[in-house]
Amino acid sequence: MATIFNDTQMTEFKRLVARYPEGKQKSALLPALHLAQDSFGGWLSTEALDYVASLLQIEPIEVYEVATFYSMYNLKPVGKFVFEVCQTGPCMISGSDNIIDYIKKTLDIKPGETTKDGLFTLKLVECLGACGYAPMMQVGKIYKEHLTKEKVDSIIAEYRAQASNN
Amino acid sequence: MGVKLLLDKANVPGIRTYEVYRREGGYRAVEKALKEMTTDAIVEEVKKSGLRGRGGAGFPTGMKWSFIAKPEGVPRHLVCNADESEPGTFKDRYLMEFLPHLLIEGLIISSFALGSNDTYIYIRGEYAWIPDILEEAIEEAKAAGWLGKNILGTGFDCNIHVQRGGGAYICGEETALIESLEGKRGNPRIKPPFPAIQGLWMRPTVVNNVETLAAVVPIINMGGEEYAKIGVGKSTGTKLISACGNINKPGVYEIDMTITVEEFIYSDEYCGGIKDGKKLKACIPGGSSVPILPANLLLTTAKGEPRYMNYESLSDGGFATGSMLGSGGFIVLDEDQCIVKNTYTLARFYRHESCGQCSPCREGTGWMEKILQKIETGKGEMSDIDLLWDIQRKIEGNTICPLGDAASWPVAAAIRHFRDEFEWHVKNPELAQTSNFGLQHYADPIHVPA
Ligand SMILES: Cc1cc2nc3c(=O)[nH]c(=O)nc-3n(C[C@H](O)[C@H](O)[C@H](O)COP(=O)(O)O)c2cc1C
Ligand code: SF4
Ligand code: FES
Repeated sequence: MATIFNDTQMTEFKRLVARYPEGKQKSALLPALHLAQDSFGGWLSTEALDYVASLLQIEPIEVYEVATFYSMYNLKPVGKFVFEVCQTGPCMISGSDNIIDYIKKTLDIKPGETTKDGLFTLKLVECLGACGYAPMMQVGKIYKEHLTKEKVDSIIAEYRAQASNN
Repeated sequence: MGVKLLLDKANVPGIRTYEVYRREGGYRAVEKALKEMTTDAIVEEVKKSGLRGRGGAGFPTGMKWSFIAKPEGVPRHLVCNADESEPGTFKDRYLMEFLPHLLIEGLIISSFALGSNDTYIYIRGEYAWIPDILEEAIEEAKAAGWLGKNILGTGFDCNIHVQRGGGAYICGEETALIESLEGKRGNPRIKPPFPAIQGLWMRPTVVNNVETLAAVVPIINMGGEEYAKIGVGKSTGTKLISACGNINKPGVYEIDMTITVEEFIYSDEYCGGIKDGKKLKACIPGGSSVPILPANLLLTTAKGEPRYMNYESLSDGGFATGSMLGSGGFIVLDEDQCIVKNTYTLARFYRHESCGQCSPCREGTGWMEKILQKIETGKGEMSDIDLLWDIQRKIEGNTICPLGDAASWPVAAAIRHFRDEFEWHVKNPELAQTSNFGLQHYADPIHVPA
């Protein structure tokens, strides 16, 4: 995958930078990294980080510092669908352990691993602000809430179908 | 039914759209504030309302606004804190998802009062679908003339921008948020200087929570004095509570702060009682950082008086026997929950979220997590409990930002009120893996309403 924004992505990048005053374009770094991650296959390679640095006219180190600090930036390749399951107190007392175990067993992977077909990655994360709708996980831009084993099955089936249609 | 000032229209179909929101009386407060009031009068009205910051610290909003520096020729900024990452808290999400125009309306008035021409909403990155909702509302408001240049012919220009974070609880702390908004790591700044003097890009800045800024709308509509009549004492107006854990009806509720904790937990209007007919064991009433309380101290104060859902009553007794209203993240634990395990997950959370600048926080949160994990998995020793106590005491008050305190308090309170449960884990390492301490530490039967 080429690490260079296409026209639509570049238009979006310019919109992000335009929010900030002259000379404060570094402020667009976090949103720009999200855009790069979404554009370049769900993770940020060193090339991608350097590219963002050059676009924002800042030093690569300034980008590395930020990319390694925040939990949403993947610095290694991930599966097509990343299951980010919340494991913090409120979710834990609402049964997240069972859901995590079930996903591990069903996909036959441990947290941090990706299935052999490259479809699913399991990540354990901390509170996502959905504590009242627990157990829950984030997949891409959306939240899957009130999880049960049955619901996990149908979510996996749904993504498998989606992947084979593409 | 209690008074509702924020969520009163939440169930009107289509309230997310400008058309319906306006038809239901929306943007009247902007009209009133911009056309009929001076900026000082708005600040005065907010002072009179007694509104306290809804982000957790409860600092009086009007007073905060009056601190903003106004050096000639230097732009000022209002920043809306939508980072919402304190475990148990999900109320701002509800407001933004379902009533985006209420927040935008509050932001326009507040920006006018503070003189912010470019206002930023900093939203946690994981709420990835909400920026689209907010940006749509902003576009609608702009098209209708409530945002942009020369609003309502007043000469006031205002734009609102939405920025996503990258996943970091610490960016909810206002100076870390500002650093993040500048495109840096979320390392809290040493104060002073306070943001009101040197904040975003070293310009005077006010950071307020989503709910705080939304509350400005009813305050302008009804007047500060009327707003202050709702609630009790220094807990004026209404508060959003996000309730979760082992209850029948988890969700976001707007309360006026005169109801008892017991009513909030057991009445059908709110939490609807403990799930599956179980008994209440404990509760963290204001987000994961505030002290956990055992059922008896939650429902009544140490003096035996009923406890109420407001700032003063929840903190009655100090940390010895009380807690805090905090962010309104209300976490309920039933009789089957393990305090050690719950405390362990919270310690892990704070270790994960520590920015690492201060040694007591960086090292201490790691130690606390490890020791709690050791006890939880049946490898603990009695001396570990004292060690935990010692570590939390050495973090508290010795750090740049309050995350250190926030990490210490849950551990301290768990040991203070549930020490016997920790000891039981140490003495019964195997049993503790398969069974639960339950409600054994209650000397007296707990009062559970029918
Ligand atoms: C570690 C930490 C996390 C915080 N997270 C949030 C948050 O997610 N949202 C919020 O509004 N305030 C949060 N705060 C409080 C802010 O620093 C600040 O006090 C608040 O945004 C001020 O707004 P208010 O006066 O309207 O409450 C946090 C504070 C700390 C120390
Ligand atoms: S207390 Fe913790 S989170 Fe706050 S500045 Fe220090 S190390 Fe960072
Ligand atoms: S604890 Fe899981 S979403 Fe809050």
